[in-house]
Amino acid sequence: MFAYVFRRSIQSLIAVAGLLVLVFFLSRLTGDPAYLYLPLDSTPAQRDAFNELNGFNDPIYIQFGRYLLDLVQLDFGTALSRNRPAMEVTLQAFPETLKLAAIAMTLAIVMAIVVGSLAAARPNGFFDRIATTASLAGASAPDFWVAIVAILVFSVSLGLLPTSGTGTALHWIMPIGVLMLRPFGLLTQVVRGSMMGVLTSAYVKTARAKGVSGQKIVFVHALRNAMLPVVTVAGDLAATLVNGAVVIETIFGWPGIGKLMIDAILRRDFALIQSTVLVTAVAIFILNIVIDLIYAALDPRIRHQAA
Amino acid sequence: MSMSKPPLLSVDNLTVDFHSAAGAFRATEGVSFSVDAGETLVILGESGSGKSVSASAIMGLIDTPPGEIVSGAISYRGEDLRTASEARRRAINGCKIAMIFQDPLSHLNPVYTIGWQLAEVFTAHRKASGEEARKRSIEILRRVGLPDPETRIDWYPHQFSGGQRQRIMIGMAIALGPELLIADEPTTALDVSVQAQILELLKDLQREEGLGIIMITHDLEVAANMADRIVVMKSGRIVEEGDARKVFDHPEHAYTRQLMSALPAHQEGDGPERGATEEPVLTVSHLCKSYTLSPGLFGGDPRVLKAVDDVSFTLKRGETLGIVGESGSGKSTIARVLLRLNDATSGEALFHGDDILKMDRRELLAFRRRVQMVFQDPYSSMNPRMNVFSIIAEPWKIHKDILPRAKWEARVAELLALVGLNADHARRFPHQFSGGQRQRIAIARALACDPEILVCDEAVSALDVSIQMQIIDLLGDLRDRLGLSYIFITHDLPIVRNFADRILVMKSGKVVEQSRTEELFRAPKDQYTRTLIEAAPKPKWEAASAA
Repeated sequence: MFAYVFRRSIQSLIAVAGLLVLVFFLSRLTGDPAYLYLPLDSTPAQRDAFNELNGFNDPIYIQFGRYLLDLVQLDFGTALSRNRPAMEVTLQAFPETLKLAAIAMTLAIVMAIVVGSLAAARPNGFFDRIATTASLAGASAPDFWVAIVAILVFSVSLGLLPTSGTGTALHWIMPIGVLMLRPFGLLTQVVRGSMMGVLTSAYVKTARAKGVSGQKIVFVHALRNAMLPVVTVAGDLAATLVNGAVVIETIFGWPGIGKLMIDAILRRDFALIQSTVLVTAVAIFILNIVIDLIYAALDPRIRHQAA
Repeated sequence: MSMSKPPLLSVDNLTVDFHSAAGAFRATEGVSFSVDAGETLVILGESGSGKSVSASAIMGLIDTPPGEIVSGAISYRGEDLRTASEARRRAINGCKIAMIFQDPLSHLNPVYTIGWQLAEVFTAHRKASGEEARKRSIEILRRVGLPDPETRIDWYPHQFSGGQRQRIMIGMAIALGPELLIADEPTTALDVSVQAQILELLKDLQREEGLGIIMITHDLEVAANMADRIVVMKSGRIVEEGDARKVFDHPEHAYTRQLMSALPAHQEGDGPERGATEEPVLTVSHLCKSYTLSPGLFGGDPRVLKAVDDVSFTLKRGETLGIVGESGSGKSTIARVLLRLNDATSGEALFHGDDILKMDRRELLAFRRRVQMVFQDPYSSMNPRMNVFSIIAEPWKIHKDILPRAKWEARVAELLALVGLNADHARRFPHQFSGGQRQRIAIARALACDPEILVCDEAVSALDVSIQMQIIDLLGDLRDRLGLSYIFITHDLPIVRNFADRILVMKSGKVVEQSRTEELFRAPKDQYTRTLIEAAPKPKWEAASAA
């Protein structure tokens, strides 16, 4: 298993390196940062001096070489827009995103397992119809729209919840609620489908022939098998949340990495763009390895294949 | 009657329906049978005859809906199981009445160790738990003949062979010393030699524990080998029942007689002596195919698996060569290599003097017209979205010079007639046909190219016995009319007895014996061939009189 993690890490490293090269050159296509950082009536000489100071006047390959050299020394550059080390700014915002993603994902998974399993127990029953409709709505409603409507209803009309920002427990409710909608909807459908397949499988029949109780069949025999496809989908969804729920963080003014990334792009803050991309990329690769390990823990056949 | 002890299990007038959008389907109608302790009742029938439904009903495994038990009684020692509570049912299932199934791999939970699954039998019935359950599980595994049970109890189902998995299933079934064992096609997925071991094991257990056994099978030889009494089912009804020997020797119902005629023992007489010419069509010499297995992450010598190891044979015009072997013997690999679906490692295969293994693309295209293949599962080898006409006509699209477009319609009708189907079947789709009919379509497609050689890879193995005989008759008829040569690959030695001119027996990639069919059966030279011939189950009454 150690060998497997090692191999995957090497593969991930190559992918991250490629990504950084791409981001480095693409971000420099967005334009001259001097126009954004200096006053509107700045002279060409002033702009030139600004670019000279920040090294933007050098040929792009020299800039890239310098970036690589700094990177090796773990120097990720200075965030121009905030005058602080880019990595420091990034690592300050990232936990906010992680907390939001972790809570939303956990809630979505737990609720999806419960609702999906109950729906699968009696396909086409009353509960199943409600669950299917609700999950379909959750999976297909555009989250920015839901977010705005939620603000309109709960903050503006009812005055129950704060519109945006952080601070109290109440600030968490709307971002989490909106963020978990889509994962909950998709996962409920996956759990339901997977559970229905597993409950008609041959080994469940064996368990019934052995005289095992209905509860144990569902939660011990079936659930672990049904979880395999769920883990795959949940992993994908979690990756999009770790990536920073850009829209949701922006709407709710959540100081996470998604909002930071948008700010950095709008302000042509190259060092900050690079460090946010680096952090999220590494996080997603770690997440993928963890998912593979969970998969192997759930299914011995995978374990023996990888060994 | 009212004074006598009730039988161990009796089923009376059982009628089961399955409901679907298309309406109700009657799976069994008025089925009655009973079994006593120490007795084996065989329910014999082909697929769709309702034999498995009857067994599932006994175990309470029929899902309602879509299933519905319309009428009938099932009683265990006089206790009505249909009205028993859920809890009472669970107490009987696995404890008093146990069941084993056809495909042990899919019937074992893949994500738990076999030890866990065995121990569950004890814990579910509160007979033992923890260390005690584990100790008793190891005992059981030893009892059913699993080697090294102390270690293997912590293995997962996929780490065992098919025969071992069935032993584990049997272990789970007998763990609590049940009075009745229901075995639903327990050896169908297994090789003949493994089948013989499993049947022996079941008989041993019956002798020692006084088990009553209900055995469900479509296999006449297995039925004769196990049965004290037989119930023959067709289309959900019992058509004949009685003492096993009587049913086999003097079948009364027409359907039973038809079934019995498929038994090799009833087809005496030496193999076919027909117009096989001396002209060789295919000459294979020293054919080898080996696979290099991955050495794993940390090196080590790569292992080489010799799937086909130095195989030589000649196929003459109009001749049928049977290639017989158990799973993993390399018999299918030969076919794949000869059709160049896989490349050979070394050797030579001359088709009318040209080496198949050295052909370029163009030569290969021409060659593949002359050699066609019929596969085991005619459903998965046909595109479900193409109708029969497109399936049969497809080769003519690829080999443009065979037949002009205008003549396709007429030729398809002709081919369908040749394999015993109607011309109006051409517009239908594969799923609208039965297994036997689909295999006829597969044969028609193979014949569309006017081949010289037909390679049949387990072509009848998935079919019911009576259908098997029909397809083999059809193949024999086509051979004589069209002068075809066959390579007939099978795991079932008896099936080729009346069909093949010569038989090649394979084991672990090597040819262990190659001789004329009647010679092979009369005086097998090799020990393994003898094992295969003897592994075919013998009727119980013959074994009893011999002892």
